[in-house]
Amino acid sequence: MAIVFKAPNALCDVPLHYCPGCTHGIAHRLVAEAIDELDIEGKTIGISPVGCAYNNYLYFNCDMIQAAHGRAPAVATGVKRSLPDNIVFTYQGDGDLAAIGTAEIIHAAARSENITVIFINNTIYGMTSGQMAPTTLLGQITTTTPYGRDAKYNGFPIRVCEMLATLEGPAYIERVSLHDIKNIRKAKAAVKKAFKVQMAGKGFSLVEILSTCPTNWGLSPVEAMKRVENEMIPHYPLGVFVGADLEV
Amino acid sequence: MGQKLLMKGNEVIAEAAIRAGCRHYFGYPITPQTEIMHYMAKKLPKIGGVFVQAESEVAAINMVYGAASTGKRVLTSSSSPGISLKQEGISYIAGAQLPAVVVNIMRGGPGLGGIQPSQSDYFQATKGGGHGDYHMVVLAPASIQEMYELTVDAFNISDRYRIMTMILGDGVLGQMMEVVNFRDEEIIEHYDKSWATTGHGNKREHNMITSIHLDPAVLEQWNIGLQNKYKLISEKEQRYELYNCEDAEIILVAYGTVSRICKGVIKEAAEQGIRLGLIRPITLFPFPVDAIEKVIDIPKAFLTVEMSSGQMVDDVRLTINGRKPVYFTGRMGGMIPTVNNIMTKVMEIKEKHR
Amino acid sequence: MFPNEIIIAGFGGQGILSAGRLLAYAGMLEDKQVSFLPSYGPEMRGGTANCMVVISEREIASPVLNSCNALIVMNNPSLEKFESWVKPNGIIITDSSLVHKKVKRTDIKVFEIPATHLASERGNKTYSNIYLLGKLIKETGCVKPENFEKALYGILPEKRHSMIPEEMEVLKAGMEY
Ligand SMILES: Cc1ncc(C[n+]2csc(CCOP(=O)(O)OP(=O)(O)O)c2C)c(N)n1
Ligand code: SF4
Ligand SMILES: [Mg+2]
Repeated sequence: MAIVFKAPNALCDVPLHYCPGCTHGIAHRLVAEAIDELDIEGKTIGISPVGCAYNNYLYFNCDMIQAAHGRAPAVATGVKRSLPDNIVFTYQGDGDLAAIGTAEIIHAAARSENITVIFINNTIYGMTSGQMAPTTLLGQITTTTPYGRDAKYNGFPIRVCEMLATLEGPAYIERVSLHDIKNIRKAKAAVKKAFKVQMAGKGFSLVEILSTCPTNWGLSPVEAMKRVENEMIPHYPLGVFVGADLEV
Repeated sequence: MGQKLLMKGNEVIAEAAIRAGCRHYFGYPITPQTEIMHYMAKKLPKIGGVFVQAESEVAAINMVYGAASTGKRVLTSSSSPGISLKQEGISYIAGAQLPAVVVNIMRGGPGLGGIQPSQSDYFQATKGGGHGDYHMVVLAPASIQEMYELTVDAFNISDRYRIMTMILGDGVLGQMMEVVNFRDEEIIEHYDKSWATTGHGNKREHNMITSIHLDPAVLEQWNIGLQNKYKLISEKEQRYELYNCEDAEIILVAYGTVSRICKGVIKEAAEQGIRLGLIRPITLFPFPVDAIEKVIDIPKAFLTVEMSSGQMVDDVRLTINGRKPVYFTGRMGGMIPTVNNIMTKVMEIKEKHR
Repeated sequence: MFPNEIIIAGFGGQGILSAGRLLAYAGMLEDKQVSFLPSYGPEMRGGTANCMVVISEREIASPVLNSCNALIVMNNPSLEKFESWVKPNGIIITDSSLVHKKVKRTDIKVFEIPATHLASERGNKTYSNIYLLGKLIKETGCVKPENFEKALYGILPEKRHSMIPEEMEVLKAGMEY
């Protein structure tokens, strides 16, 4: 009998705790598949964030480290500089990476740390029950923007890929989405490429994944996917921002 | 007449701050205190106030530093890991002698720890926390009503002494609901704030807010000034409750949520014919040494109970200084001591001091 | 008068916390001392939820309970966890549509009400907690039904006030079950 579908080795065989319709799970799978296909599980070290994915050290089968809120890129730097031949990745939400951890991500990118960053943009703080994130869209209602995000009081959403692309450090930066099969395939290719960039020693790589939070958006899983397509992508265009012609 | 409401501790703190004239809030979300933020996000914009969700606790406390420099009543709140990040700013606020209020709704640590109630930040709160020789005033409410009253007091105390005041609660106090009786009008004390940096308008010398004094002789004088202030506060602001101490065999010492559990223990012990009393510190800094002095001759022993490995017990021991035996019992990591836990320790002590 | 110490436990989303809050609110309307302590955490992800409510004539020592005189349970794990907490002569009320385990204690009174089933029959599953509260109010007298009604008006958003007469019918059905 041919096995046509199986869980990646790099994912532990445990139930994930994410809400129904949350795309954190898909993102995990893509990372694990890339690790499997590149056969790097044994030398990969992942850094877990503070956010809904705080305990994904239980999910990835490679060695994992849990970091303080926003500090994963600094922790990754410490690991990578200690073990330059290993593969090091961080997995971070938008609050973690683009609010409290802005300094760490910018400087890791500027130094072109040879690490891979998986950045989950769901325009919200999922874990702490739906506060505004730096990526929250204008007009979006959250528990800390109860009247909708207003640029006058709450500033503008940050486009992380575009911002980091102004630096000379990064080798590869791409934004992808998980709202349909076609895009999930593209996301998978991007994640895999990001790891390959690191394996080739090219320097800093980051994949921003547009993701859902049905729970705090107050939408059904299906509606949430639609929101990604109709509201997020217009503000966060998909594509490669750095390293489009980088062959690895 | 006042107003009687069933409210959550976190929301009461926010409402009390608004009643105390605070119109500036800066914070970053963290469980179990986030309702303070949510409340402020809803209310402040409606009354001409300022609510900013900062990008981190480090930023939030420095926004507090800025707003306090202008003489405004300002609040920030967080829970243990976030309070750790605020320590740098708190040290600068202490150095620059700015009035401001910070809330810590404690959760279990160290590190990311958990989100359940804890009292393991007592050392950090009362002994400085950041670098340098400084203190905050630390207030420890034990009920929703007290969360209201002490929050109002915190703003007055801060302005009175140009000092940061911390409201130290825990997850139980933050999340639980009790009835709160709001007064019709708050007592808002007004103090001279001519030191504030508001723009001199060509009418006065320029004001400076700073914590740097490179000349050690000057810095020493500055520190002596701070220490004198802490001494004055220790003389004037100690607060505590003595409960059932008159003829107690053992006196419990506990603050916040744990003091409530201890009151339950005292009732249960009374049913078994055991006389227990309670000292409940309301100010943790200044530590209420007067309370202990008042009752030191009464019991055979003292028993401190905390949701920590034993932090306040150090201050109890320092105060008692060997005059009576001091015992400790507690739970850690977000576990709450049960009546049974405490009774077991009481029986053990009773046995020892028959 | 001993204080009423009540624990309500089940899954998140069953109205566990709102049931507790309603009781506390009704107690406040009777000028009693009340406390309401919800469990908290990442409950939204389908975890368990419980709350502790104290309604008392006198000052409440601790809002944190280690025992209770009345327990409402709406799932099996909650019965397992809290059965031993009930004081002798206390009561346990179960939603027997969901709690299939039997109460083992013999020194307490047990009431089994198929609340979720009854609520579904009425066409509104969110009523299940009200059936159970009806029985609790009847057996403990912790608050008066008319004050429970006032609590509903006090706590529910205005757009749900039209449902309150029906909820009171449900409460009475629970009292008489
Ligand atoms: C220093 C510190 N501040 C705040 C928190 C509370 N906290 C936990 S997760 C989180 C937000 C996470 O949001 P995001 O990074 O967008 O991840 P998501 O949950 O949306 O995946 C915050 C503020 C914390 N744990 N530590
Ligand atoms: S809260 Fe949002 S981000 Fe977190 S697991 Fe649920 S859906 Fe996903
Ligand atoms: Mg997020």
